[in-house]
Amino acid sequence: MRWLLLKDLQILRRSPLVVALLVAYPVAIGLLIGFALSGDEGKPRVAFVSEVPVEEGGFDLGTGADEFGADDAKAELCKRVECVDADSRAEAERMVERGEVLGALILPPDLLENLRSLAGLDPAQPSVVVLVNEDDPVKAQLVDDRIQALVTEANLILSQRVSEQAAGYLDLLIEGGRFELPFLDQSFDVLGLSRAERILRAVRRELPQGSPGRELIDGVIRFAGLARENLGLALPLLGAVAEPIAVSKTVVAGDAPSLDAFAIAVAATVTLMFVTVLLVAGSLALEREENAFTRITRGPVGVTGLLGEKLVLGVIASFAVTALMLAVLTILVAVDWARAPLIAAAILAAGAAFAAFGAAIGAAAREVRASSLLAFMVSLPIAFLSLVPTGVVSATAYDLLEVVRGLFPFAPSLDAMSKGLDADGPALGLALLHLAGLTLAYGLLARLALRRFA
Amino acid sequence: MSREPANGAPAVEARGLEKRFDGTVALSGVSFTARRGERLAVIGPNGAGKTTLLTILAGVRRPDGGSFRSEGKIGWVPQGTALYHRLTVAENLRLFARLEQVADVDAAVERMLDQTGLGDRRDDQVATLSGGNQQRINIAAGLLSAPAVLLLDEPSTGLDPRQRERLWGFVLGLADAGTTVVYSTHHLPEAERYATALLILADGERLFAGTADDLHAAVPPSADSDLESAFVAFLRQSGH
Repeated sequence: MRWLLLKDLQILRRSPLVVALLVAYPVAIGLLIGFALSGDEGKPRVAFVSEVPVEEGGFDLGTGADEFGADDAKAELCKRVECVDADSRAEAERMVERGEVLGALILPPDLLENLRSLAGLDPAQPSVVVLVNEDDPVKAQLVDDRIQALVTEANLILSQRVSEQAAGYLDLLIEGGRFELPFLDQSFDVLGLSRAERILRAVRRELPQGSPGRELIDGVIRFAGLARENLGLALPLLGAVAEPIAVSKTVVAGDAPSLDAFAIAVAATVTLMFVTVLLVAGSLALEREENAFTRITRGPVGVTGLLGEKLVLGVIASFAVTALMLAVLTILVAVDWARAPLIAAAILAAGAAFAAFGAAIGAAAREVRASSLLAFMVSLPIAFLSLVPTGVVSATAYDLLEVVRGLFPFAPSLDAMSKGLDADGPALGLALLHLAGLTLAYGLLARLALRRFA
Repeated sequence: MSREPANGAPAVEARGLEKRFDGTVALSGVSFTARRGERLAVIGPNGAGKTTLLTILAGVRRPDGGSFRSEGKIGWVPQGTALYHRLTVAENLRLFARLEQVADVDAAVERMLDQTGLGDRRDDQVATLSGGNQQRINIAAGLLSAPAVLLLDEPSTGLDPRQRERLWGFVLGLADAGTTVVYSTHHLPEAERYATALLILADGERLFAGTADDLHAAVPPSADSDLESAFVAFLRQSGH
């Protein structure tokens, strides 16, 4: 077998284009993924323009809490997107048009004034301006989602603060106290329903039994008590209105790795798949194209020996190419090399399964060109199907997808690579077992198909 | 060139070989004997079972029935060159010598380079050789284990007359040295000129085994005295 392996490596060495592709492909994929993952955590670039006059400072809705101004808005925005300062609305427009930024958020001059008005008797609706370049539907959706999420969060904060303010007013009505007029330097005492009730009860005690005034005061006392109790009930209701639905997240299925680890695992699995499947399928088909199949297999090597050699070739190639890709990635993003044994196990198992799959394709196609075409036509859709998440197709279609995914090495390879790269990934043992089963199954299929080779 | 049948012991002997492919009969009870140093030409129309017979003798396929035995190793030269075109002449020979588990690989390679007269092309990739030279290396690869019997499946296909002449000179030299050569061909003059015995197959059946003279004697005399005419007449006479 080693002589056949040496022969394949010699042939590979004399195919400079294939060697160049085997080196360039993982390097290019590694660099692309590396740059994508290292670029400011993948945040979209959004221009920010504040037209709010600097002297306006912030606003606090009269609650006495910290003021919220344009700088705070910008800080909140920049947590979610990569902020790019623009001096004016016109410059922001230009940046969006040229594609320098995905969108622009403009705070108009009257924003704070309108925000403050929410606490007054004549509230105006504050608004912000968003500029987007929708030349790409995916990009447009991304910007829409990010800005919508940002505005929703801002609305939530405002609504909480308005609720807090309203709750303060209610408390003042119930318990009484000193009322500060918002934005005016004036204050006055509010009696409050509780104190009013206490005063009325004291007055009632002074009145003689059977006095007509006593009956009237009893009516007012009952009203004060009723109002106090019901307004008290409104306080928790205001809190609920501020955040009507609170999210309590529980993971019931799936062990998701980090987004970075998943992206690296996808890139590694796709690279490994194409290199291994194409190389093994082409190499096996070449044996027939060169007419050497019968000469090799009639001797001590045999058909099974030849098949084994192709699997070893595929595993070696997949390991070299994937390791090269991960090494290039390490320059740009952090790969947890403490998990190297698990990563190696994942690559070896995935390489063996893809090599067996490639051997089955090579044995079925019997010609190098046909095998390459078949490898592409089968592998690509399987890879896409394996990346379809739950919930985006009907339950029946997803069940069908699960069956298809289970029959091909992509999904278990992705699981194994994800777990190899990240401790939070799916179970590695199960994925390795699945890949071993597929290696055996495709190896048997290839062995059967090779009967037609002679 | 000798057309006399060899008189040695049987080098390869087949009895009642049977082979079917998906219900189609490829060989039906084929028996024959080739003696040491004999040059046996297997001839017949397309689909007669010539390649099937040779692949069974080479061990590439298993027969469904019957048996065969040989006095020593069998060398196999498939139809068309079975070489790696991106490897050099020496690399190809070395690889096949190793796969055949030849004891002294380097000596076997040198011997074949010497016999083919292609020692000066040893480091050239096979793809750069002419068709005739490729076929010589192809045959040399079948001889690496010094087989007692050499099976050649249509060895001269695609070669020009000069290349064919050189090729047969090489093969006759092997037979003269004691190697039994069994070859299939569509080219009847090659059978007439180089074979010492003929085996005619048609539709998987053995129709004839003997010398060219025996075949001529088996058909009515005609104006054309060549082997091709006798062969066609024999097939017609046999209902094929």
